[in-house]
Amino acid sequence: MLDATPGLLAGGPLVQVDGLKMHFPIYSGILRRHTGDVKAVDGVSFSINAGETLGLVGESGCGKSTVGRALLRLYEPTAGRVVIDGEDVASLSPEDLRKKRPAMQMVFQDPQASLNPRMTLSRIISEPLDEHTDWAEAKKLARVHELMDAVGLNRRFDNRFPHEFSGGQRQRIGIARALALNPRFIVCDEPIAALDVSIQAQVVNLLEDLQEKLGLTYLFISHDLSMVRHIADRVAVMYLGKIAELSPRDALYSRPLHPYAEALLSAVNEPDPALAANRRRIILTGDVPSPANPPKGCNFCTRCPKVMDICRTVKPDLTEVEPQRFVACHLYPKTQAAGSTGASEATERNQQGVSL
Amino acid sequence: MAEQALPVLDVRGLKTVFRTRGGEIHAVNDVSFHLNRGEVLGVVGESGSGKSVTMMSLIRLLPSPPADIRAGQVVLNGKDLLQMDAEDLRHVRGAKVGFVFQDPMTSLNPVFTIGSQIMEPLRAHMGMTKAAAAARAVELLELVGIPDARKRLKAYPHQFSGGMRQRVMIAIALACDPDVLIADEPTTALDVTIQAQILELMKELRRKLGMAIIWITHDLGVIAGIADRVLVMYGGQVVEHAPVGELFANPQHPYTRALLKTIPKISGAREARLKVIEGQPPIMTGAPQACPFRARCEYRHDPCEKVNPLRRGGGWSSSGPGP
Ligand SMILES: Nc1ncnc2c1ncn2[C@@H]1O[C@H](COP(=O)(O)OP(=O)(O)OP(=O)(O)O)[C@@H](O)[C@H]1O
Ligand SMILES: Nc1ncnc2c1ncn2[C@@H]1O[C@H](COP(=O)(O)OP(=O)(O)O)[C@@H](O)[C@H]1O
Ligand code: SF4
Ligand SMILES: [Mg+2]
Ligand SMILES: [Mg+2]
Repeated sequence: MLDATPGLLAGGPLVQVDGLKMHFPIYSGILRRHTGDVKAVDGVSFSINAGETLGLVGESGCGKSTVGRALLRLYEPTAGRVVIDGEDVASLSPEDLRKKRPAMQMVFQDPQASLNPRMTLSRIISEPLDEHTDWAEAKKLARVHELMDAVGLNRRFDNRFPHEFSGGQRQRIGIARALALNPRFIVCDEPIAALDVSIQAQVVNLLEDLQEKLGLTYLFISHDLSMVRHIADRVAVMYLGKIAELSPRDALYSRPLHPYAEALLSAVNEPDPALAANRRRIILTGDVPSPANPPKGCNFCTRCPKVMDICRTVKPDLTEVEPQRFVACHLYPKTQAAGSTGASEATERNQQGVSL
Repeated sequence: MAEQALPVLDVRGLKTVFRTRGGEIHAVNDVSFHLNRGEVLGVVGESGSGKSVTMMSLIRLLPSPPADIRAGQVVLNGKDLLQMDAEDLRHVRGAKVGFVFQDPMTSLNPVFTIGSQIMEPLRAHMGMTKAAAAARAVELLELVGIPDARKRLKAYPHQFSGGMRQRVMIAIALACDPDVLIADEPTTALDVTIQAQILELMKELRRKLGMAIIWITHDLGVIAGIADRVLVMYGGQVVEHAPVGELFANPQHPYTRALLKTIPKISGAREARLKVIEGQPPIMTGAPQACPFRARCEYRHDPCEKVNPLRRGGGWSSSGPGP
């Protein structure tokens, strides 16, 4: 069977992100001049403890996937530090980065699009092994079978192609591939969004079992707030490239502090007509501003029901307003000392366009 | 609405089959239901269970071939849509029954302005002049909460956000004051805060205009928030229908029971582990002779293999176990 990573200390941070920025340059005109930036991620800081699941929620386009990709350096971050297991991934040399890759993996949203349709299941799952090990074919196949057992795929299917599987099974293939090199940290980017409701529970249960067995650490990106409540220990709520609130799960769901977190949670449809009838919903008006041109003050000030004058001019910092609860909002005075998650402004690197 | 009043829509024994190279797909199997005036009927069921095909069959929007409506009656205001000639049917589609589909970008034509797309049915079906149609279009855009409506008539779809495009689709569907609005996953592609805006809007429009709504979704939370009654579909059949409170409090069909347990909740006790419906959806290559859910059902017993426990009268009442 697969083994939990040895020497893993539960509790300490495995992932520490400081002042992460990911700006995508906009070029326009005949001369293709650099005329602005899409500030997809604009100064994000958080940590994830070993063995923990951090949920990352927010509406589409708020920058969740970009955070996940920048963390694993699938993008070159514009600024910030991403320390994973003691090393700053954001500044590793290409060779060191290659050595680091096995420790950090990603599970993607669309199991259909992320699997090569012309490769058999065993080729797909052993791709990372081809890349990072010099194992003989037989050893690789043994490992593939071990992984297939772990994610609940029948070994006999190892020569089939992705289209012969259902959505839930394809997501299992993606998870098996992500596990191939014994990673410690996995970014799950909307792993259940493309699946039918009845299949979502299967995949979530699998992720939970694997976490327990292997001591995995997850960043679980999702817009499904009910599912995040089920799976996450702490939750970060993003809005327009920034974290609005970062709180322990139960505290956030029972008493959200940031006005956006409050509105977002109130908009979730409770599958219970009695509760639905009594729910007080905060209906936001208007649309999310463009990340190329965010408001001057608080990013939420154009839609916030509690907006004040100061919000239109001064950006609120993410500060610890109650033990373990970080909020970026002027409603909460900075009484406590700034917490460990407070952004230390990292040096800006040259802005570079990345095409993937 | 009075209990006695005739339903605005009455569907009986609808059967739709697709003829494909790989054989027949029995997508809709003997589906019957009715819709009362001013009510919201929620339709849930897993992907491929026949929700969309049922609703498209009602108003004969499916291309034939491959679709073949083999049997059934669809009585709207006393007339059977399945027997209607093309001319009358076009009028029904434009003026009596409105639709909103899942993806607003594919439903709006990118090369025409928002205004011309709202005015088209008004001119075609209500015989309005251009000026009258334009005035009504502004009214409709305001009704669905698009600010600055007069100016926006000249905008193109790509200039609108997803939520705004969906509002435009609703405006078009409402243009001729339909008796019935069919909304197929109208908010699935939208974010929750935008979804909430649209749901509130629909509830308000129903109150104001008194139309009946069929709302298809896989989101039980949406159903809980908007529906009066619910149809649960599985394998091309209606396996349960019930008033919304009853369905959630006291689900009868094993599939409905299992479905309600697979979804996590946003409040209350947190479930330690999610319930799973094991197995695969049925392959609908023939009319179901046995219960289509039997392979995945935890209450399965001998008769399930032999008889197809189609809904009888009020809700699921087959040979299965009681509540
Ligand atoms: N044009 C077609 N040709 C052949 N089969 C079809 C066609 N359209 C739909 N089907 C089949 O009919 C069945 C019902 O499909 P339908 O689109 O009604 O499902 P649905 O309940 O709306 O699912 P979803 O929740 O994914 O929208 C499925 O088995 C589907 O594969
Ligand atoms: N490669 C890219 N080039 C330019 N803009 C991008 C790129 N990737 C993402 N963006 C933009 O960054 C913002 C955040 O995107 P994303 O992280 O994908 O959001 P989410 O995952 O929260 O839906 C969006 O405005 C998106 O259009
Ligand atoms: S800082 Fe102001 S605008 Fe921003 S969330 Fe707080 S109250 Fe609202
Ligand atoms: Mg994303
Ligand atoms: Mg459908």
